[in-house]
Amino acid sequence: MEVRQALLDKNDRLAERNRGFFRARGLLVLNVLSSPGSGKTAFLRETIRALGKQLKAGVIVGDLATDNDARRLRESGAPVVQITTGTVCHLEAEMVARALKQIALDGLDLLIIENVGNLVCPASYDLGEDLRVVLLSVTEGEDKPLKYPPMFQSANVVVVSKTDLAEACSYDREAALANIRRVAPNARVFETSAKTGRGMDTWREFLVQKQQERKTQNPLSL
Amino acid sequence: MQGALTLALEKTRQAGASRVHVIHLRIGALSGVVPDALQFAFEALAPGTPAENGRLAIENVPARFWCATCTREFQSDDMFAECPDCHKPSGELRAGREMELASMEID
Repeated sequence: MEVRQALLDKNDRLAERNRGFFRARGLLVLNVLSSPGSGKTAFLRETIRALGKQLKAGVIVGDLATDNDARRLRESGAPVVQITTGTVCHLEAEMVARALKQIALDGLDLLIIENVGNLVCPASYDLGEDLRVVLLSVTEGEDKPLKYPPMFQSANVVVVSKTDLAEACSYDREAALANIRRVAPNARVFETSAKTGRGMDTWREFLVQKQQERKTQNPLSL
Repeated sequence: MQGALTLALEKTRQAGASRVHVIHLRIGALSGVVPDALQFAFEALAPGTPAENGRLAIENVPARFWCATCTREFQSDDMFAECPDCHKPSGELRAGREMELASMEID
């Protein structure tokens, strides 16, 4: 008996449904991924601050437990919904769909989904996002992209975070960028520091431009 | 594997069958799935289900990349595949991430 059905078919279908919903609202959606502790929450809080009134952002944040990240993100003034996954190591499209009911989407331009800190499983789960943003902090070692290729391969954007610590941990910038290029040759790379604000302007302009494209152009061109 | 078995058992029920002899999966070389781990999980999960005395047959799908410069496909099981002609890294994976329930032998 022929079946020919993808095992993650159900998630993929729900992700497409999310995508249609987001596009109908003209929302730009980011799925933000990294290992635990690479600075996703600080980076996103500063991103929302940098955007100011230019783009109104909302956040869905996933963790196994606690709402600490949601509280930290709320300091930016944005609406935040926390998903606690229990023992699940990644977010799935269906969890996002449920969280959407708890967030006031009217007036939002940008929806940021902060995934569970994990460089393995979340790579396989489409959430319906426009852009996959993968963070690599300078403290993690330049070869992270080579150790976790599926995650970096799936990235549209790679953000190098905590560049203020580069010197303290003898970060080899050339090696790190070469490794990112090797695994994700088409990804846009931003080098940032949430602490000093370095690189946040370029990143903000990129988001504003992508949001405009989302609103004005063919939805498939992004 | 739990997902694969649930899907297989659902299809078996829908087909009105009661025994699963073979479950054929297609697993891409770069899917991140380890075939041995699937076998192990199948043996742990199958007892007590219609797949109890069945087996898992895994077809490995090699990874194929596209080189935009040379406009050709090439095969590689390396995550960081380079085109064998121009040696540029390929950013486009055309096959190799499959995790698919291909077919089943049931009655």
